[in-house]
Parts: sequence; structure tokens; C-alpha cells
Amino acid sequence: MKRPSRESAPGRAGESVSWVATRIGDAVSWGRKYSLFQYPFVTACCGMEFMSAAAGHHDQDRFGAAFPRFSPRQADMLIVVGTVSHKLAPVLKRVYDQMCEPKWVVSFGTCATSGGFYDNYATVQGIDTILPVDVAISGCPPPPESVFDAIIKLQEKIQKEGWEAVQSRRRHPPAEARRQ
Amino acid sequence: MKQQPSHGIRQEAGPVFHELRGKFPRIVRDGWQEPPLEVVVIEKDSIARVAGYLRESWGVAALMDLTVVDYQGYAGGKKPARFEVVWYFQSFESGRRIRIKAAVPDTDPVVPSLSGLYASADWLEREAWDMFGIGFTGHPGLRRILMYEEFSGHPLRKDYPLAKEQPLVEQVHPGVPPFGAKPKALGGE
Repeated sequence: MKRPSRESAPGRAGESVSWVATRIGDAVSWGRKYSLFQYPFVTACCGMEFMSAAAGHHDQDRFGAAFPRFSPRQADMLIVVGTVSHKLAPVLKRVYDQMCEPKWVVSFGTCATSGGFYDNYATVQGIDTILPVDVAISGCPPPPESVFDAIIKLQEKIQKEGWEAVQSRRRHPPAEARRQ
Repeated sequence: MKQQPSHGIRQEAGPVFHELRGKFPRIVRDGWQEPPLEVVVIEKDSIARVAGYLRESWGVAALMDLTVVDYQGYAGGKKPARFEVVWYFQSFESGRRIRIKAAVPDTDPVVPSLSGLYASADWLEREAWDMFGIGFTGHPGLRRILMYEEFSGHPLRKDYPLAKEQPLVEQVHPGVPPFGAKPKALGGE
């Protein structure tokens, strides 16, 4: 019995997909959520856990969110890892303001999220008091699974909020714009 | 290293105290031993003289640490002066460790600087100034070292509210009650 070859099978044009139907917003969001360039703002011991999550063993790259850019101009996901003191807060704010839209903020660990047990004069009681945080990861430090959970949740959020929403998102314009 | 059984137990004054007492009878107030430390209590304005003498006669080579105690609200025993400045000296030749203490009143929180004798005194004194507001006469540049210049007050003083923040960045969520604020009553009374 002669088996039909793949090439001669009816209705198939080789292995490639010849066309896909989608909406432009969905396609843009899809591209954004799987190419998150991150800016790791690492200040404290959570950095060790962040390295563990980002490096080969746990491999954050599986989620399309691994490439660290050490210039805020090239990053679109700000990961704040560790305690932020009031002395450091202006630096963090400036890094955020230097990032181009669209941009997202992930607060990594208890200290960045709420100040943690540094409930005192020196520490910012959660970076959400100065920045718009999209996803907060709990834990002291968070395990890699929590980090990936947060990345997946952020990707869902990016997909849902759509292209236009991000384009018009100006929740925290720079100080000059706010004064006008 | 095995600890001696006498470790940390207060004992009678040692040779450093007796020699300092003989040399500076008006300056030296009290002294005892807490092995491996020897403790001498002196008048605050004479620390530079005492430190210089220790360096020459006892081979003290390093100022290991400088700390301050705030005794506001202290309830144990005799009421001490508001502050107490504590210097830790170390001799590497003999292994001897000497702790010098001096009472510093709230009205005149100033002591002489040791930055001319020990380079390590520079940052230690800046920290004491930053955290407790103790002044050091003769310090080459007494300014804050841990907190930012805009910060007002000295945060480790007992009368500084622990959670009183002085943010540099505009807060985007004002209205969040500070930690420790009384929660609103949930009905009832």
C-alpha cells in the first residue's frame, strides 16, 4: 500500500503556517509580554535569590523575561529587589522616570513591598508609596517559584491591559509635567 | 577559643585604672574589669589626654569603636547623665582591651575629637554625630554619614519617634496611616 506523502496531502502547504488572524493590540501585547527587558534595582540580600531565579538553574529566560539591561533607557520592567531607604528613594525614582514607556514595576520581596520589619525612620514603607507597582512578590526572600508566578501574572496583565491602555498610561508623569 | 570562666563578670579595677588614677586623679572617676575588658570612667573633656597617654604608655594602637548610650527615661538605679560616650581601645602587643566611658550632659553634648590620634575616629565620630547629635571639637568635617543632609534630628536619640520618616520623594499615596496609628473603630462603642 502506498502511503500518501506529506507534500501531496490535500489542503496543506508544507509545514509553514500561511496566515494568522489576530488583532493588532493583541499581537503587540503578545510581543511585549514575551520580551520583557528588565532593570534589576538590587539593593539587599534578596539579590541572591534574584540571581538564583534569573540564572541557569531556575532560568527566568524560559518566560521571556531574563535579559537584564543595565541602562533604564533600554529596560521596560523595573525589578526592585531589596530594601529601599529614604536616602536611596530619589535614585529609584529617577531610574523609573528615565525608563521609556511602556514600563512595568515589580516589587521583589517583603522589604521592597512594605518595608518589611524595617518599620523605622530610615526605610521606605513599600515602594508603592513612590512608584506604581504592577506586581508585588511576597517572601523574605521569595522563592524562585514566586518570582515566576509574578512574571506570569505580569504577562497576563500586559496581555489584558492592551496596547492602547499602555500608550495612554501616564499615571506618574515626571514632576515637570505634573506642575503644568 | 575557649572562653575564660570570668568572661564578662565584673571584677575589681585593674592596672590601667590604677595607673590612670595615679596619673590623672581629677579626671578618672571610676573603674572596674569585665574580662577581657578593662573599664575606666573619666571626665568627658579629658578624653584626648587619656587617649594620648594610653597610646604612649600602654601600646594602644587602635580605636576599635565609639558608641553612645542615651539614658533618657532610664529607670535603673541612680539617674545618670543624658548621654554616655564609650570608646573601645585595643592594644595589639598585649592584647589588652580598654573601654573608656564618659558621661555627657544634654546641655553640653560636646567632647574632644580623637581624629588627630586615630584615623578611625573620623567616621566613628561622624556616626555618633549623625545618630545621637554628639559634637566633637577638632573634627575636620563633622557632617552626617548615614542619613541624608536634609534629615533633621538625630534618629537614635530616645526622643526621636522611631517610625518618623522624612521622605525625600513625593509620596503618591498620602493618607495611608503610619504604622502604629490607632485603627478606626469598627462600630460598637
